[in-house]
Amino acid sequence: MSDHITEIIVFSLLFLLVSGMGFVAARWRAPKDMAHLDEWGLGGRSFGGWITWFLVGGDLYTAYTFVAVPALIFGAGAAGFFAVPYTVVIYPLFFLILIRLWSVSHRHGFVTPADFVRSRFDSPLLALLVAITGIVATMPYIALQLVGIEAVLKTMGVTGDSALARHLPIIIAFAILAAYTYQSGLRAPALIAFVKDTLIYIVIIVAVLYLPYKLGGWGSIFDDANAKFQASNSTGDGITLNANNQIQYITLALGSALALFLYPHSITGVLASKNRNVIKRNMSALPAYSFLLGLIALLGYMAISAGVTPLPGAKAGSLDSNTVVPLLFDQQFPSWFAGVAFAAIGIGALVPAAIMSIAAANLFTRNIYKEYLKKDATPAQEANVSKITSLVVKVGAVACIIFLDPQFSIDLQLIGGIIILQTGPSVALGLFTRWLHRWALIAGWAAGMGMGMWMLYNIPNANTGRKHFGGSAFPLSDLGFDSPKTIYVGFVAVAVNLLVAVIATLVLRAAKTPDGIDHTNPDDYFADEGDPRLEKARTTPDADPITSST
Amino acid sequence: MTEPVRSPRSDRSPWYWLLLIPIVLPLVTPLFNRDSPRLWGFPAFYWLQFLFIFVGVATTSVVYQMTKRPARTSAPETPEAVDE
Repeated sequence: MSDHITEIIVFSLLFLLVSGMGFVAARWRAPKDMAHLDEWGLGGRSFGGWITWFLVGGDLYTAYTFVAVPALIFGAGAAGFFAVPYTVVIYPLFFLILIRLWSVSHRHGFVTPADFVRSRFDSPLLALLVAITGIVATMPYIALQLVGIEAVLKTMGVTGDSALARHLPIIIAFAILAAYTYQSGLRAPALIAFVKDTLIYIVIIVAVLYLPYKLGGWGSIFDDANAKFQASNSTGDGITLNANNQIQYITLALGSALALFLYPHSITGVLASKNRNVIKRNMSALPAYSFLLGLIALLGYMAISAGVTPLPGAKAGSLDSNTVVPLLFDQQFPSWFAGVAFAAIGIGALVPAAIMSIAAANLFTRNIYKEYLKKDATPAQEANVSKITSLVVKVGAVACIIFLDPQFSIDLQLIGGIIILQTGPSVALGLFTRWLHRWALIAGWAAGMGMGMWMLYNIPNANTGRKHFGGSAFPLSDLGFDSPKTIYVGFVAVAVNLLVAVIATLVLRAAKTPDGIDHTNPDDYFADEGDPRLEKARTTPDADPITSST
Repeated sequence: MTEPVRSPRSDRSPWYWLLLIPIVLPLVTPLFNRDSPRLWGFPAFYWLQFLFIFVGVATTSVVYQMTKRPARTSAPETPEAVDE
């Protein structure tokens, strides 16, 4: 531990600085009344271009990204680079789809995607499914942020023999995070995101200039990686894709993009912006992060070139590949700068963890508490319930890490992406059309879930020797195709979901099953800041727009 | 995806079709799945995908500029200045 003392000091100082900012954030852009869910959970829906950029960026590029994507590149090569097309594809999709969600949410005071589904399809059950799916998918995502911090702590030698000693730093970090999120709501991660991104940009720019210079240039970095993959006996690796994993690459990139904007926390970030132009402008500015992500991903190859060997994993004989990037920094940088880099990763975990816990808390409050437990909850009560729920969510995430094998959290995250995709037909398609019947959407959701789980259950992992939930690449041969190619599970599951939803809609329409009242109207999808009906609707979120407008 | 637009206000614009480019291009792996030609040591697979990021930025910027609404008279706004 003593040889890492400089790193630990730099890391701790930056961590404390950010924590202080988190508490001060409550007074930043001071709201009139913090005891309202709009204020606590959406920052007063007032964020302009820059804050939204940092907030949504801070949301989508997490500690886990910084640690896991390079780890994937380190292990498998080109297949791990899917993260780049994935983040290129996202923004045009956001641009086309989320803009409508923003408008309709602003006019009706929706805080969550489930709020929208409830009004659009007149179905509390469908809204409940969307809300539960969102909460379940978010929890392991938060836990993964802890995996990112843990990789850093492990590299710094902050680790112990007993479970408690090993996890104490994380428990402390999360207790601080929980306290300032409780107090400041979405304003805390919005403010901290500035520091996080500044640190990350500095670290990455230095890394991509300095490391290739030390390692003999980009050409030799790629050649070293190529040599490693040529020598390995695995068939799936290489610095370019092979004949069998291209469909996987395409479907994984597209599927992950679709999943990402359905995650409650990305929607929270978007709903917090003040008008449509802020969102549109951001969709052309946010790809700056994609560039960063691509460079971060290539740290995996630099680690190969630098001869990094991952630290041992939780089980004897296993390797924790998540430690490759922290180890690369530790070995190649002066220790004070490695400390800055570690702080960047650590703080990079706090911002998304805070936003995710707020998003999950909002879902619980709006779509479970208010819907089923206390229908007449006041905005102040809603804000209070959300604050407490956000604490519970964080305790749950910490418990996941302490009591479960971190590998299990990674598996849960894999499942999380696939289940959140199943809300796509009701949330994303629902923004464009109400043709799909509410009961058909429920049937589609169930079918997609079932299909996804069945496929995941049947994927073994050759590296860890487990038989189930070993990855997200499903062999097409198992679906009856005569081919060695693989495909992303989420993609197939959502296709099944849609197919069932369409067939069921045709059947239900033929049977003339009532499909409820659409509480939104076409004009809602284009509303913008300054809309005269908007301010009025905000105070009565679920009211029928026809009656609430004069 | 077809919805009767009764309201006079609508988002419809042919410019949105441009967004198909950054959605489709990065997913056509046969276009860029190769090592050569290298650029500053980067295999084509990597530098071409970095290039697609700029294609994405360019198309989204163009579509944003072309579909931007004029600032509303009822709520004068200066988007650049609101963050401070």
